[in-house]
Amino acid sequence: MAKEKKNKTKMSLAGRRAIFGYLFILPFLLGFLLFMAKPLIQSLIMSFSDVNVGANGFDLTYAGLKNYERALTIDPNFNIMLVDEISKMILNSLATIIFSFFIALLLNQKFKGRAFVRAVFFLPVIFSSGVIVGLEYNNTLLAGMKQMIEESSTSGIADTLETILANSDLGDGLIETIITLVNSVYDIAIASGIQIIIFLSALQTIPKSMYEAADIEGCTKWESLWKITFPMISSMFLVNWIYTIIDFFMKSDNQVIQQVQAEVTRNLDFGYGSALSWIYFGIVIVWIGISSLIISRVVYYYE
Amino acid sequence: MSKAKAATEGRRSFSERNRLSGGYLLKKTAGSIMIKILRFVLIFGLCFMILEPIVNKFCVSIMTEKDLYDTTINILPRHLTTGNYAVVTELMNFWEALFNSLWIALAVSIVQIAACTLTGYGFARFKFPLKKFWFACVILIILIPPQTIASPLYLHFRFFDIFGLFEAITGTPINLRGSVLPYFFMSAGCMGLKDGLYIFLVRQFFRGIPKELEEAAYVDGCGTLRTFIKIMLPDAKPILTSCFLFSFVWQWTDSFYSALFLGGKKLLSTGLASLADNFSNYMQVTYQRAGQTSEALLQQMNATGVLLVVTPIILLYLVAQKGFVESLSSTGIKM
Repeated sequence: MAKEKKNKTKMSLAGRRAIFGYLFILPFLLGFLLFMAKPLIQSLIMSFSDVNVGANGFDLTYAGLKNYERALTIDPNFNIMLVDEISKMILNSLATIIFSFFIALLLNQKFKGRAFVRAVFFLPVIFSSGVIVGLEYNNTLLAGMKQMIEESSTSGIADTLETILANSDLGDGLIETIITLVNSVYDIAIASGIQIIIFLSALQTIPKSMYEAADIEGCTKWESLWKITFPMISSMFLVNWIYTIIDFFMKSDNQVIQQVQAEVTRNLDFGYGSALSWIYFGIVIVWIGISSLIISRVVYYYE
Repeated sequence: MSKAKAATEGRRSFSERNRLSGGYLLKKTAGSIMIKILRFVLIFGLCFMILEPIVNKFCVSIMTEKDLYDTTINILPRHLTTGNYAVVTELMNFWEALFNSLWIALAVSIVQIAACTLTGYGFARFKFPLKKFWFACVILIILIPPQTIASPLYLHFRFFDIFGLFEAITGTPINLRGSVLPYFFMSAGCMGLKDGLYIFLVRQFFRGIPKELEEAAYVDGCGTLRTFIKIMLPDAKPILTSCFLFSFVWQWTDSFYSALFLGGKKLLSTGLASLADNFSNYMQVTYQRAGQTSEALLQQMNATGVLLVVTPIILLYLVAQKGFVESLSSTGIKM
């Protein structure tokens, strides 16, 4: 009896930690199982069936891979859209991450009016959220004005830059990429509000003594950026990377999302709509998985 | 001896000191000035880019209608008025909505952050079966647009029940729509707006804290929960502040969940969303203006409304920012 008791306590050290772990994540587990699991499974089932909206809700008949086949082999637009959006996503998320890291480094330095500038860089978080972004998006007056300005001004800085670059020896693809990036610098700045704050809060947890020690040992600023700053914030880098991808994935001006919404609301084709979103979803998940696996290799934890 | 030397050094002219250092001083000073100028230009440009639309909105919001159609007016109004604010305040029920928004956003974000902190800590520090799978689910919940689960959720709360318990007792499931409760349930279950992000952030943060800190507490006989509260939480202040800010802001401006669950409550976000329609009605009723209200006027009202909604959060940020900066010094100790 005594032996058995002893055995039990020995075993339960790891076991107790596991139980504590489950207790800590209990809120999430309950929430996920109660609210999220059912709709998710429903939508997955829908994507494999023909959905008819009848008098008493949805009528589902199993249709196998029909919806997926239609999306990938029959629909003329979907593949093009998908490739277009995914390549845009990769480019924009890279640009956003680099931009926000750079800005966070800048805002972490000491200069006059830093508090003010930080407050200004918080504004995009507010202005890119919820109703406000919807209002801006529907602002037909502003859109009309923008178009007029673009039509009437033929020699903006961007255009001049474009001609200069076009005459240089750089490849066409590269130039186009640069120009789209320069043109979308406002969008990138607005989209990177959250990332900047996450980077900033990560930067502030780095002990100053580390830099001092490195400085005394003769480390240059550039070296300490790569040897101290980068490893110390690498864990937040991973969060930011994944969040940026997801943020772009969920944007309402995304063609694929619009297509899905059109299928569901206009054509009432729930089956096809959910198949489209699951394809998009799957690709994004695979991309997140691969890229975060690569990033995880360089992420530094105190473990 | 050395003191005297230092004193003479102070009196030496810049060129002499430069000569002594072999041109190094000049290079260094010029470099740092260049960096300062570059930094200034960059920051100024970016700030301008962000602030310009807001300043524009502000100027539009204090114009009279006459100025709106005046093509000679670009930004600065000629006839100032605060009438727009008065109208918008009345149409949005501003004070009531402000009060509602304030307590709901505050309560919801506190519940959310509490739940997410616990979960994040669980993922960061404990080993348990299926951990990878559950963490993938965390990423999943940030990925799923709220629109996808809206209608099932609606039904879920319209006929709310826990394993048929209520139906067995009272005969009918409870209708939880229209009350604030479902929303709190969801927040407590980490299923609010973008809660996966907070879990992820908190987890990454806790993984960055050395394990020895906890082990020392365990060795001294501190329990798991107490270690978490006494040792780990105080360290996490900066990340929790930013999570709280995000969640507050998103809650404040969210109209999707609010319209779905808090339909009856007057909130700033839903008020802003329906402002344009309300204003057209108002114009038709009070001024008997036939037909549609002009687009420009509607945009003016929207701009005014946006400013009214945003101002309280900016004030909050200015207060919270202090917390940011203060936590700077305290977290340095943990090494």
